[in-house]
Amino acid sequence: MRDALGDVQSVLVLGGRSELALATVQALVARRTRRVVLAVRDVDAAATDVEQLRERGATVDAVEFDALDTRRHGAFVKRVWGEHGDFDLVLVAFGVLGDQERALHDAAHALEVVRANFTGAVSVLVPIAARMREQGHGTIAVLSSIAALRPRRANFVYGSSKAGLDAFANGLADELAGSGVHVMVVRPGFVHTRMTEGMDAAPFSTTPDVVAAQIVAGIAAQRTVVWAPPILRFVAPVLQLLPRAVWRRMPR
Amino acid sequence: MTAAFDERAELLHGWGRTAPTHATVWRPRTSDDVRARMGEFGMRGVVARGLGRSYGDAAQNAGGHVVLGTALDHVLELDLDKGTVTCEAGTSLDVLMRLLIPLGWFPTVIPGTRYVTVGGGIAADIHGKYREGSFADFVDRCTLVTPDGEVRTISAETDPSLFWATAGGMGLTGIVTDATLRLHHIETARITVDTERCVDVDDCMTRMLDGDSAYRYSVAWIDCLARGRHLGRSILERGNHTTVAELPAGSDAPLHYAPSRNIPAPPWAPTQLLNPLSVAAFNELWFRKAPRCERGAIHTIEGFFHPLDAILGWNRMYGARGFVQYQFVVPYGEEAVLRAVLEKLAAARTASFVAVLKRFESSNDGMLSFPMPGWTLAVDVSAARHGLAEMLDELDRMVVDVGGRVYLAKDSRVAPDLFTAMYPRLDEWRAVQASLDPHGRMQSDLARRLGITDRAPRAEPRKRTRRKHA
Repeated sequence: MRDALGDVQSVLVLGGRSELALATVQALVARRTRRVVLAVRDVDAAATDVEQLRERGATVDAVEFDALDTRRHGAFVKRVWGEHGDFDLVLVAFGVLGDQERALHDAAHALEVVRANFTGAVSVLVPIAARMREQGHGTIAVLSSIAALRPRRANFVYGSSKAGLDAFANGLADELAGSGVHVMVVRPGFVHTRMTEGMDAAPFSTTPDVVAAQIVAGIAAQRTVVWAPPILRFVAPVLQLLPRAVWRRMPR
Repeated sequence: MTAAFDERAELLHGWGRTAPTHATVWRPRTSDDVRARMGEFGMRGVVARGLGRSYGDAAQNAGGHVVLGTALDHVLELDLDKGTVTCEAGTSLDVLMRLLIPLGWFPTVIPGTRYVTVGGGIAADIHGKYREGSFADFVDRCTLVTPDGEVRTISAETDPSLFWATAGGMGLTGIVTDATLRLHHIETARITVDTERCVDVDDCMTRMLDGDSAYRYSVAWIDCLARGRHLGRSILERGNHTTVAELPAGSDAPLHYAPSRNIPAPPWAPTQLLNPLSVAAFNELWFRKAPRCERGAIHTIEGFFHPLDAILGWNRMYGARGFVQYQFVVPYGEEAVLRAVLEKLAAARTASFVAVLKRFESSNDGMLSFPMPGWTLAVDVSAARHGLAEMLDELDRMVVDVGGRVYLAKDSRVAPDLFTAMYPRLDEWRAVQASLDPHGRMQSDLARRLGITDRAPRAEPRKRTRRKHA
């Protein structure tokens, strides 16, 4: 159960190898979290992450989950809940950045980005929301992006998929209001991770640990939207007001 | 389930307004309703709830049922010769006191609010300013509907293990539907109070140890913001029931008791009313207004016992994030820990009204009962305070290291492993509870959070690392 000061005891991570998610889980395990389930595409590849979390005192299980295999999402959710019981926190962290250039002439690639980031997330969030509603408590944290706010020429395929996810999660938050389930949309800016390796950092870039700290604080305060770094909350509205001609010429 | 049940889905939280969860709340009309339905609750179980004065998550049950017992509030039998009252478990102490005091009887143990039910009093084995026992010590018998729907009359004499698992058992042994309480005879509805200012915590503890025996009730209000040589400066209030002889000549209706109906805290009250500045100012004023030393002042019962009850819903003043009441007890001889805790609280400038320091002179056989001979301190802290979780964890460790414990009725955040260490009779309690509730029907958020009803010490599950979820 989540306690009065916001510490959670059990966590399910979808996209369990995401650096943002792992940083978050590490911060949580340092507090009260003792039961962790990492849902990952490749269980073998997650072995080190599992081991590291176990060393910190948590009971950790890695289970196979493929965001693109939407037909099995219902059964997956049923099984995870059946075997592990309630979750105080479900962190939806899977996603791909994709290759914008490629996506523009390869529709299949563009679709893959959308299916991983949006369709796949919606597909698994529907049964998760139902489970969370039944258990009557918990937080669903959904990793969106600042890119969800205004489509940018440099990555609007990714941006549009996150925009869809962001909208869905926001709607879900209102749908679940009063059910004891809290939905939180997390909007990081540029984060230094494997996903962004080799890219030029955008202004206000940040690290997985900063995002993790914001997520942990957001759970405690039951925020509906979390920015990382927090200053983006004030920067984002300014970006939205930039004239289109200027916005279009933004680098990267 | 048929539509005949008066139930609806609700978001519930404790008095601290933290960690709300969703449950199906059922309001039974009679004890028979409870018995008839008891075995039928689903997988997510059931717990009883009264007036919601537990600070944390004791009377919540996420995704399950909560039996709101406040309609079970009938006084069943009153024996004015023996001084006992039998009432349904949803009866509040407020109702009982309004009935009993004019008749010359008083509930032996009353806590800092009269808006608690008898059932809740038993479940948490509550205590008050009376040092020589807690609520369950004055429960002659009670009726327990077990998780299977069996009705049992239990008492400390006939079923000691069941009774002492239920008293202090946080509602996890079943639902108590009525109880018989042993009362204390009084001559007037007044308390004769001596008040002293104590310059620091040592002064306060010395005065309590030296003088408490002359008083039935004793409490010290500590200014938690005072530091350095003022650490633990406090107002010590001690009293006895006023006798008729002590009343000023010409006083009529010595047993007249009519506490005013409360003024609710206005909904527009600023939620950030309590901050270190306003609280410091309040505490200063409150300390200065107390007499340096006053003897024999005659107070009303509500003025002495229930000053906070005058403002209904004062718990809202801590804002949206709510608050935590941290209450612990440490044995006599461990005063240094009490002092160290006060130092940490003061150093952290923890915004709080005055803290409450009381003494226990005994413990009872309640397996999960809180009281033990020693000092108990209770302090309110806003849950929004940065770093509070870590600070309270540190205080927990100091408390558990000397054999102390935190109070489950107030708790909303203790670590499960420390809880286990604080309650040495937990395994004994678990055995009784498991035999009574083999299907795990009794559940609450508190029980889930702390693993109170866990059947065996949970071995580290050697789970397979790899599992295919097809």
